[in-house]
Amino acid sequence: MAVKSSVQQNSRAMFRAALKRPAVVGSLLVAYILVAVLILNSLDRSNLWFPFYSTLTFPVLVLSPFIILAAPVRGWFKGVLVAALLFLVIPYLGMRDSSYLELVIQICIFAGLALGLNIVVGFAGLLDLGYIAFFAVGAYTWAMFTSGASTVFNINGWLVSGSAFYLFIFLGIFVAAIVGILLGLPVLRLRGDYLAIVTLGFGEMIRVIANNLDQPINFTNGSQGLFGVGRPPVPFFLRDGVLAVESALGLSIANVDPLSQQLLFYFIAIAIIGVIIVVARRLDNSPIGRAWTAIREDEVAAIAMGVPLVRMKLLAFATGASFAGAIGVIYAAKQTFVSPESFSLIQSISILAMVIVGGMGGIRGALLGAVIVTMLNLLVLKNLSLQINALRNIDFVIPIINYHIRDWPTQLEPAKYERLIFGLLLIVMMIFRPAGLLPEPRRRMELQEKDEEIVDEEISSEAGDEQPVVSAVRPDAEQA
Amino acid sequence: MLDARRSLGSVSSPSILEWGYRFILFPIGQMLVFIVGAALFLTLLAFLLALAFPEPRPNIVLMDQVNRQLPGMIISGITIGFVYAMIALGYTLVYGVLKFINFAHSEIFMVGSVVGFEVMQRLSEAGHLPSWSPVLLVVVVVLAAMLASGLLAVLIERVAYRPLRGAPRLVPLISAIGISFFMVDLVRAVEAITRNDFNLTYPLNSLEWVRNPVKLAIGENTVNIRPTQFIVVLGAVVTLIALNYFVNGTKLGRGIRAVSQDMTTAGLMGINVNRMISLTFFVGGAFGGAAGALFGMNVGTVTPFVGFIPGIKAFTAAVLGGIGNVTGALLGGLTLGLVESFLNGLLVYFPALGQRYTDVFAFSVLILILIFRPSGLLGERVDEKV
Repeated sequence: MAVKSSVQQNSRAMFRAALKRPAVVGSLLVAYILVAVLILNSLDRSNLWFPFYSTLTFPVLVLSPFIILAAPVRGWFKGVLVAALLFLVIPYLGMRDSSYLELVIQICIFAGLALGLNIVVGFAGLLDLGYIAFFAVGAYTWAMFTSGASTVFNINGWLVSGSAFYLFIFLGIFVAAIVGILLGLPVLRLRGDYLAIVTLGFGEMIRVIANNLDQPINFTNGSQGLFGVGRPPVPFFLRDGVLAVESALGLSIANVDPLSQQLLFYFIAIAIIGVIIVVARRLDNSPIGRAWTAIREDEVAAIAMGVPLVRMKLLAFATGASFAGAIGVIYAAKQTFVSPESFSLIQSISILAMVIVGGMGGIRGALLGAVIVTMLNLLVLKNLSLQINALRNIDFVIPIINYHIRDWPTQLEPAKYERLIFGLLLIVMMIFRPAGLLPEPRRRMELQEKDEEIVDEEISSEAGDEQPVVSAVRPDAEQA
Repeated sequence: MLDARRSLGSVSSPSILEWGYRFILFPIGQMLVFIVGAALFLTLLAFLLALAFPEPRPNIVLMDQVNRQLPGMIISGITIGFVYAMIALGYTLVYGVLKFINFAHSEIFMVGSVVGFEVMQRLSEAGHLPSWSPVLLVVVVVLAAMLASGLLAVLIERVAYRPLRGAPRLVPLISAIGISFFMVDLVRAVEAITRNDFNLTYPLNSLEWVRNPVKLAIGENTVNIRPTQFIVVLGAVVTLIALNYFVNGTKLGRGIRAVSQDMTTAGLMGINVNRMISLTFFVGGAFGGAAGALFGMNVGTVTPFVGFIPGIKAFTAAVLGGIGNVTGALLGGLTLGLVESFLNGLLVYFPALGQRYTDVFAFSVLILILIFRPSGLLGERVDEKV
């Protein structure tokens, strides 16, 4: 017995040691990605259970960058793997089935928004519930100048061609930043709850204005929305590349042009996200980022230490807004349709849920949150609906409990219950893990403040001191 | 009507005359003053507007329109104003005790309106509606909604706010936002399973007494007052008087006021702070529920999404009056209701604006108050402690 257990222990120890060796971990990672790709590749769209299977496997692949980044392998290897994933695996899967590409682009769009909101909420601690307004500003900036709807721009011939797209990304950044400053100015004095409600009000106001600005002069085409929004022209080498890959791998791609267009948007989105990550990281590690942290932790103390409060708060609003503006331009071009419905409060809340789930204040956390929440919303819920409908059509009966799927109420369609998911995520995260799934260290310390306070007070009372002069007690926490 | 900051004074049995003055005459007088004051002020504004723009559209003389519509606008303004006031009370009571905006309160209001519908629909399906007297029917529906919403508010506090007490301020706020969104879809799912429909229409049309409006002759115009408007106003006045008595005249109310002044000291004085907070949530929630049921009877059809806009407006009303101040909530609600009703009535004549921006108006009021007078009309300025 003793010999056997020691052998067991030995093999366990060897296993653990192997898991620390970069070569072993690296090959495991490669195998992991390959298996996920192979499974996804073998799924058959005509299968009855396709929605179910793809819901199980696709997240495995999309979450792999986070596993790679957390794995104990060398930096260059992580870089190679992530790059291969982003530039080879996902485009390949997209060529096989463009719905995957569509989903990844949506994830990228929301990741950009989550990174932007993370600046405002996570870095500077300003809870903005109307963040989607800046996204709307960016989207409308591009849509108004290219839409085929009979707006004042179209009638007067002020439209621009699709090739102005890249210029308009910068214009979207600029306009959204201006709007961010304009909305930020009046709310500078507010904090916490009031700021949240007022920004919510601003978000709704932008939506109502977009909804009503078809009279007296038609700018936004009102509730009908702007259709036929322009797209950037696909560079010839991208289309040629798609054709070359098609013939090399023996794929048969039905419509090459829409696919290359989607691929173009995918690469643009990846590039923008890359720029946003770099900017956010540089900002976080700069005097500006530290000033934001100071404001977040204690506004009064920050002023006392000489942080220029007005300028820093406005900068946070403007930076967050400008990210959303750039993403908005891409969104408008990708959807080719922009209407006020796309910019409702639920969108702001979904972005907030992303930042909260990932962890306020962390860049990797915001990305993870965006992936998880977007997949829950656009993959899991949607596929659940598809699966129920597919089963309803063949009159499927769940065995043991003998339940007919066709008795499922038509109004109880999971795809329309995103509020339930977002709400539940927010509550559960706040109660059990307020610092998020990938917590940022400083933020985690702040959220654990309550326990430290008690320790502080105990120490001070034991030492017979008076009340600690500078305790971690926040003015509101004292009363609440 | 009542003031959390007033001295906690004794509740030892006052004479019957004093009691009647403090708990019945004074609150009613206060409501009358607010209504008459706000209505007169807005009427004056409307006449000034009519003088400034005699003919905003061809062949429409604004002065005539104002004259014709004035009584109707005032009545509907008072009706919706009382609904806002009752919701605003929920925000203000909770804020007074926890210094925290209960974001989910709009959904508590919504649940009240849905429960009111469910009760009335069940009664209608059981064939009770024609035989029951209007008073009994309204009392049953409103009480059921109050009970359901009050218990729901207590439950929400227990599950989502109490574990977070003492955490940084954003944490309970985000949890409250989560509750709000969760509740909308939960109610939606329940209605989807039980009725497969979200548009819940109160079965009022089968009732004889609801269909006959009261005709009131003013000059050469007659004004129609719907019976449901009477119900809303009467129900609101009765419950508001009851709240005033509860907070200012009972021992439990004294406990709530003590907790709102200083939670720690109240605890040291032997008050069960957690129970008082639950009680505050129950009372605030019950008011939200009553407002929901009355609102539902007034508008006829409710949905699970019905809470958001009234919730925001009631919050605006609470801030307008001074959040944490119960009298302020009443004043703010009535003022906002009347303003909104006047805007609804008169903006039609200005084609460039139109009614479409009415909802934006509430937000603008909120933002302007918060920028220029964050303490509200009746609130006192509180400096931040460091």
